[in-house]
Amino acid sequence: MNLFYPIEALADWLAYTVFKLTPHSVAGESINFFIYDVVKIFLLLAVVIFVVSIIRSYLPPEKIRNVLAHQNKFTGNILAGLLGILTPFCSCSAIPLFLGFVQAGVPLGTTFSFLVASPMINEVALVLLLGLFGWKIALIYILSGLAIAILSGMIIDRLKIENLVEAFVYQNKINSSLDLPNMSQKERIIYAKDYTLDMLKKVWPYIVIGIGVGAWIHGYVPTDFLAKYAGSGKWYGVPLAVLIGIPLYSNAAGVIPLVSALTEKGVSMGTTLAFMMSVTALSLPEFMILKKVMKTKLILIFAGIVGLGIIFTGYIFNLLLG
Amino acid sequence: MKIQVLGSGCPTCKKLFEITKQAVKELNIPDEVEYVTDVQQILNMGLMSSPVLAVNGKPALVGFVPKVEEIKKAIQKNISQQ
Repeated sequence: MNLFYPIEALADWLAYTVFKLTPHSVAGESINFFIYDVVKIFLLLAVVIFVVSIIRSYLPPEKIRNVLAHQNKFTGNILAGLLGILTPFCSCSAIPLFLGFVQAGVPLGTTFSFLVASPMINEVALVLLLGLFGWKIALIYILSGLAIAILSGMIIDRLKIENLVEAFVYQNKINSSLDLPNMSQKERIIYAKDYTLDMLKKVWPYIVIGIGVGAWIHGYVPTDFLAKYAGSGKWYGVPLAVLIGIPLYSNAAGVIPLVSALTEKGVSMGTTLAFMMSVTALSLPEFMILKKVMKTKLILIFAGIVGLGIIFTGYIFNLLLG
Repeated sequence: MKIQVLGSGCPTCKKLFEITKQAVKELNIPDEVEYVTDVQQILNMGLMSSPVLAVNGKPALVGFVPKVEEIKKAIQKNISQQ
């Protein structure tokens, strides 16, 4: 049985019985699609964010830092990518994370692997991908996102560009002894509950608007309308999608539902993936903040490597998935 | 007693500062709450998450903004330990 059957039944009942819309009409289908997606996404978000917050309360960034400070570079990059998935990321935590890692002796490349994976692979994006695109696309997104994070970090290690970090960063050495307050089981649950509610409060308008516009596109825009502009045969689709994604960071939650509707109208899957990765991983506000601790050249190198990785991923999946 | 809220100056940190002031008042503690926006001080405590609530230089709450009651409990727990 379909796990989401009760939600389908609810959407059918609301659209066709309560709102008295005609089944198989454009308006009926669009409203039904909207209710179904909104209810499904919010249920998934509540469950997944709660579970991730509980895990996170056992693995705060301070512990992650101490693990990463004692790894050799190769395994460090891989671990940094994986642990980045668990850590929530907002541009205001970029500086303390960067300084904390580097000053505790985590290699620069490993730090960047973490900085790439943390915003790109987060639980909100994953739920949206899972709910709107299915598990295969969600998995492809995670794996290629991880690959980009790990490889970018390795390349930055190889380039030996520690001199592009502002000098004051290396003048401070911090003790990495852990003096974290203990949390009881009950406190963890309260923390997870509060965090989940906060997060839902923050993202819900974007998601509702994104799904709403998506439902409208689903019903009213002709299929294949965009194929001639953004189909897999168009070479400029992927780089253009990456460029458009850079300034859109804060709206990632609204962008994903919108994009899922556009793929139905002919935007190819590789272009879509590249666009979503660019929205989450390349963030203009984050770059501005990072300027306090590193030279512009390093930010450009970092953005360039990640950007090229995303473009490459986009082309590969356009070839593989059409 | 020294009660500090340390943060990067972001809205979340200011919120913790405001709620902590309220908690300290409700606990009838005469000391002022100090608001620190120097990120290096957070790092020197061995921490990387903001905001931080510290009692006598020791972290009591890290990385999130709880309700007033939780803050009161955290402050009291740290006072009794010291």
